[in-house]
Amino acid sequence: MGEDLEFFFALMLSGASIGLMYSLIALGFVLVYKATDAINFAQGEFVMLAGMVVVTVLGAEAPLIAGVVVVLLVMVGFGFGLERVVLRPLLGRPVVAVIMATIGVAAVLRGWGPLVLGIETRALPLPIGDEPINIGPATLPPIQVLGAVVAVLFFLVFSWFFKKSRMGVAMRAVADNQQVAQAMGINVERYFALAWAMAGIVSALGGIVWGAMLGVDVQLALVGLKVFPVVILGGLDSIGGALIGGLIIGIVESLAAGYLDPYVGGGTKDFAPYVLMILVLMIRPYGIFGRRQIERV
Amino acid sequence: MLAINNIEVVYDRVILVLKGVSIDVGEGKITTLLGANGAGKTTTLKAISGVLRSERGEVTKGTVQLGVRRIDGMRAHDVTKLGLVQVFEGRRVFENLTTEENLIAGGHVQTAAAVKQGIDLVFSYFPRLKERRGQISGYLSGGEQQMLAIGRALMSRPKVVLLDEPSLGLAPMLVEEIFGIVGRLVKQEKLSVLLVEQNATMALGIADHGYVMENGRIVLEGPAAKLRDNSDIKEFYLGLNEGGARKSYRDTKHYKRRKRWLS
Ligand SMILES: Nc1ncnc2c1ncn2[C@@H]1O[C@H](COP(=O)(O)OP(=O)(O)OP(=O)(O)O)[C@@H](O)[C@H]1O
Ligand SMILES: [Mg+2]
Repeated sequence: MGEDLEFFFALMLSGASIGLMYSLIALGFVLVYKATDAINFAQGEFVMLAGMVVVTVLGAEAPLIAGVVVVLLVMVGFGFGLERVVLRPLLGRPVVAVIMATIGVAAVLRGWGPLVLGIETRALPLPIGDEPINIGPATLPPIQVLGAVVAVLFFLVFSWFFKKSRMGVAMRAVADNQQVAQAMGINVERYFALAWAMAGIVSALGGIVWGAMLGVDVQLALVGLKVFPVVILGGLDSIGGALIGGLIIGIVESLAAGYLDPYVGGGTKDFAPYVLMILVLMIRPYGIFGRRQIERV
Repeated sequence: MLAINNIEVVYDRVILVLKGVSIDVGEGKITTLLGANGAGKTTTLKAISGVLRSERGEVTKGTVQLGVRRIDGMRAHDVTKLGLVQVFEGRRVFENLTTEENLIAGGHVQTAAAVKQGIDLVFSYFPRLKERRGQISGYLSGGEQQMLAIGRALMSRPKVVLLDEPSLGLAPMLVEEIFGIVGRLVKQEKLSVLLVEQNATMALGIADHGYVMENGRIVLEGPAAKLRDNSDIKEFYLGLNEGGARKSYRDTKHYKRRKRWLS
């Protein structure tokens, strides 16, 4: 294999693994939007909160497994609580009200985190070493491999849930038509709460892998910004779309960094996803896999 | 079986739509509710099934009784658990779900075993749905969607079914087929049905008892056979004038409805 081609594959693989980690976070966003039509502007802050919970538990000399269990419980509780206290009273209000509420939640979390934890970046060590892993021509840091594996596992589990379980089918029915779902005996509010709790679970895992990669401080919330190009690309309500969208964004970033940055002196990685997002918005506003209204006359 | 006593319904706290409506649905009987566009038929069904709330509507007076239980003010999903289910006007299948997934969602209040049985039961009444079981329901034909809407409602194993204009937008042959199946369902599954229709000929043909609604009030009531012979009904609701020619609202109506949903 030529050196050029090797470089290309290395960029692709590294981009794909980071991209899968974006997908994981985007999945939280999609779950909520799909079931409840709410746009969650606090998804990045959910991840930050999860990271902070884990480092707090680890800081108390507890083993990692305790950290994982605690963060899962806390984030599920947080999802349920948020739906109950903040979002349910907004049911039936304009979409903007919900958006504003999530922006408010984001601001509160970003303010609170440093208040409780201090402002310095805390490490979130995972027992996976830091020996790079060779995959073909690429070498990836182990955390990227772990992050990608976790993301793929979650996608498999959620695909199964929505296709095969009765709860998953009911949740899709709610997403399709809330009024009819109610009339079929489905407690719509309970499913809303479930969607937020599921976003909590996804964020817990996102907080662990992203926290381990970047360190935990208030900046961790910034990974949430990548959610938007990913879901615009994949479709706000498509689980598969979040997966593919994440992969594409990760790869585009990586290729931009590898090929363009040397000429322009860096930084293309940070805006390339948004350029792509705007292009997609112009060509396919519902995303690559998003649901179009089925039209029949 | 189902008794509506003098109910009033208000939308948005100010728009009074039902002004004291009373209807009785006898056990094992088909009762039909007729009326022109905007009379308040759909509102009546929504008031009974409890979905009114999600449209900011409210029953402000009167009661709704299912058997011995008072169900007005209950939430829709609890009403369904008690054995009353609404089939919506315009079919409203879960478009992104397959035929079979629609049925599974319809059986939400039942056990897993009952859902399996229910699917077989629905397929036995609507064999066409069986052929389309894996198809995304948004792409089914109008008639198949109507069958699915009725089948989906059966999945909750109801005692009372509210049927809102099942004939809407369907060819006469299909309407006949679907009404035939509804008749068999009532007999064999011991259902009680409240059937809202604009197609008064079909509705009075299958029903035992009928009500006519105008402007949020019941203006006429009686056994279906009597109503069929009533000259007012003939003129206004069967759309027959002296020459026997028919007028139809259907086309304008369908258009109007789409507009309303989109907004
Ligand atoms: N959600 C709502 N908010 C406010 N007004 C409503 C609402 N739904 C219906 N209405 C009004 O209530 C009245 C009765 O409507 P309804 O849908 O019950 O009539 P209908 O008899 O079912 O008519 P159609 O035969 O056209 O379906 C109409 O004037 C309608 O505009
Ligand atoms: Mg109606």
